[in-house]
Amino acid sequence: MPTSRRHFLQTAGCLTIGFSLLGSTWAMAAEAADELPGSLGDYPRIDSWLEVLADGRVRVLTGKIELGQGIRIAVAQMAAEELNLPLSRVEVVLAETDRTPNEGYTAGSGSIENSATAVRYAAAAARQKLLALAATQLQARAFQLKTQNGVVTAPNGQTRTFAQLLNGQKLTDEVRLPIALKPKADYQYVGKAVPRPEMERMVRAQEYYVQDLRFPDMLHARVLRPLNYDSKLVQFDEKELKRAVPGLAKVVVNGSFVGLLAEREYDAKLAQDWGKLNVRWTEGKALPAGQPLKDYLRTLPNTPKRVQDKGTPTNAPTLRASYYKPYLMHGSIGPSCAVARFDDAQRRLEVWTHSQGVYPLREALADLLKIPVDSIHVKGVPGSGCYGHNGADDVAADAALLAVATPGRHVRVQWAREDEHCWEPYGSAMVLDLAARLDPTTGRLTHWHQQVWTDTHSNRPGGNADKLLPAQYLAHPRRPANDGTTDPSAGGYRNADPLYAIPNLRVDAYFFRGPLRVSALRALGAYGNVFAIESFMDELAEKAGLDAWDFRLRNLQDKRAIAVVERARAIARQQQTGENEGLGFAFAQYKNKAAYVAVVAKVSIHEEGTPYRPQLWAVIDAGEVINLDGLKNQTEGGMIQSASWTLMEEVKFDQHQVRSRHWEAYPIFHFDEIPYVDVTVINRPTEPPLGAGEAAQGPTAAALANAVYRATGKRVRELPLRPEKLTREV
Amino acid sequence: MEADITLIVNGQSQTVRVDPATPLLYVLRDQLQLNGPKFGCGLMQCGACMVILDDVAWPSCQLPVHDVTGGIRITTLEGLAKPDGTLHPVQQAFVDEQAAQCGFCLNGMVMSTVATLQQYPHADEETIRNGMMRVLCRCCVQHRAIRAAQKVVAANKKS
Repeated sequence: MPTSRRHFLQTAGCLTIGFSLLGSTWAMAAEAADELPGSLGDYPRIDSWLEVLADGRVRVLTGKIELGQGIRIAVAQMAAEELNLPLSRVEVVLAETDRTPNEGYTAGSGSIENSATAVRYAAAAARQKLLALAATQLQARAFQLKTQNGVVTAPNGQTRTFAQLLNGQKLTDEVRLPIALKPKADYQYVGKAVPRPEMERMVRAQEYYVQDLRFPDMLHARVLRPLNYDSKLVQFDEKELKRAVPGLAKVVVNGSFVGLLAEREYDAKLAQDWGKLNVRWTEGKALPAGQPLKDYLRTLPNTPKRVQDKGTPTNAPTLRASYYKPYLMHGSIGPSCAVARFDDAQRRLEVWTHSQGVYPLREALADLLKIPVDSIHVKGVPGSGCYGHNGADDVAADAALLAVATPGRHVRVQWAREDEHCWEPYGSAMVLDLAARLDPTTGRLTHWHQQVWTDTHSNRPGGNADKLLPAQYLAHPRRPANDGTTDPSAGGYRNADPLYAIPNLRVDAYFFRGPLRVSALRALGAYGNVFAIESFMDELAEKAGLDAWDFRLRNLQDKRAIAVVERARAIARQQQTGENEGLGFAFAQYKNKAAYVAVVAKVSIHEEGTPYRPQLWAVIDAGEVINLDGLKNQTEGGMIQSASWTLMEEVKFDQHQVRSRHWEAYPIFHFDEIPYVDVTVINRPTEPPLGAGEAAQGPTAAALANAVYRATGKRVRELPLRPEKLTREV
Repeated sequence: MEADITLIVNGQSQTVRVDPATPLLYVLRDQLQLNGPKFGCGLMQCGACMVILDDVAWPSCQLPVHDVTGGIRITTLEGLAKPDGTLHPVQQAFVDEQAAQCGFCLNGMVMSTVATLQQYPHADEETIRNGMMRVLCRCCVQHRAIRAAQKVVAANKKS
């Protein structure tokens, strides 16, 4: 697909059109409606999104996958609302090739804006169509008809169910604007805290995850991986392994890719354990250990890009500062897993995956295996939460390769903990240099210069096998370095231009290729950029002798941003701080176009220097709220996750290998450390819904750093905020 | 190497033929086809594989299955609800509080809390947190899990 430009246009179009449609006037909607909102542009037909089943239930089809973000309930709410159906009568099919729309990746907090919005309009169009059919069949005028529980009732009491009205027909019409949406005042579901029905399924331990799939003939597999990215297989004594693990059914060796298959999962695990001790690899390439990574990254060759250039350069800045964010891990609790089956006679491959993009994965697999795209079926099944591009696509490629080598059998590949920790593509380390000038008389920013050193924040396979991990280790390896499809700039300068009104703004990005495998991690570059900007804002305010809140408010023009900051200030003002305690805050609008979030942090620093169990408050404006509890859950979870990143996380490596091989070597929050969190939602029902799932990551980091500064007098510019950096200066 | 091993799982006696060194988790998931206990790390570091042995919550990923024979009662997430389908109060509280996102760690949190509250029906917040110390959650719904447990404690105090 010629995706990026098309997608960009769509997203942009969605925002403008969405605004006018959900705003006050219908006439505007008709005028502006040259493009359909959300993903409808690519799939305008109603039945791409929605089917009426014979029993009267409605099936919604979304091209997005459930990652724990609650997209399933959100699209169900949209359909139930517009069709006046009980939620229990709506079922949802998640991303599956040849069945659901191709909505690319479930990423960038775009599911509500793109998929749920498409479902809303498709459902409204379905309702319109069903009413038109009912008007004919019941000999009434459409506006006289009432729709409730999937039944249309005429003034004379005659009724028809949706299924009766359609009588086996499909809703093949295209959605056309303008469409009358249900009046918001009548909403039953949208905007409410509707519980997710899958919670009960999870808590009852019913089959739910890709890890739970069991086929009668299924083989269990693990893949042997070396310690270093560039190691090659030297020696592997298959006979010895079979002696050690009699239950081993099959070994697949292709170059340096080694798959171990067994009838029982435990035997596959034993074989992998044996392999770790007994298989020899070349040493690979030395990693740049033993030097400050921040300095090292600056020395790497890079591709520069001027992202913003407005007004004059920042000469004689009021302040300069340099910040650093380390490599971070997605750290899914369930290591990646996939199942695949290859039918040799029909040359057809089936894959079950928790990938964020079933369609792009299908193309990448076609490229890897050299079989036609149409011969591959990829079904999305929820896995453990991923928070971006983790090992999901890679393990699906592992499974596909092993399935092709073992036709006729389902092959389930389960990554070990160490596989996930060492081989997932991390969120890139970033170095950020900031300089700014402000007018001391007005307290307004006049100049800002932000320089960002970063690796790419998106290395998703798209349609290219090169980026699938196993492809790089085959006898004929595929190398992403040579394919020219990596966008080195992806995500790195996300939120690098502050939302503040600054007449002279320059943003420079320098894209390097760092030592570790990287890709998209929740919020991409926004986490590092917002951490830097909002730490720097506090530093600037102090330098100019201004109140940190006033300083931000003076430099903001966006009314919704101001409202969020003011609400956060009101929360902060209710807090008392004692000795060794500090209150900090930070603000950003995610991507400068999605949800607005302000975070207030209160920390208490004890002797050992740990900001133990902080308190965090968020104020969020994500436009129209679809699911109130879903929005809160995402924001609460985002703050806690970001606090864990910020206070303790950093991927470590030595010269030979990644050292963060398991949870003890890459500590994340345990239960005793979990912050207290509170979320205030500003609902704006007449504004379009905005992506929110990643919006708290950056502000939380800076709010904590600012709070720590207030508590200790110590400005930490290099994450994580480890205790040794926080001990008070005498 | 293989042997018949008899286990009591969710109140029922089950005999499986496996290598006695096989960790309990693999037997529960692969031989007995249970979904509750999850594979998370295999290193007893994350709690995704939590089960209750008699009254103690314990990770099953490194526990040889021959160590849990001899009448030890093994309870998995599947074994908490009543035969009529009524959820255990802790399960119900997690649903009520919507204490999950992806839900992969839910097993560990629920099983740990069930064991904790069995021992300390009036557990305070620190006891609740300590009870779930072995469980990692990356979506970060821990505060909701704590709230769910507190809800059960509040009900315990009333009754």
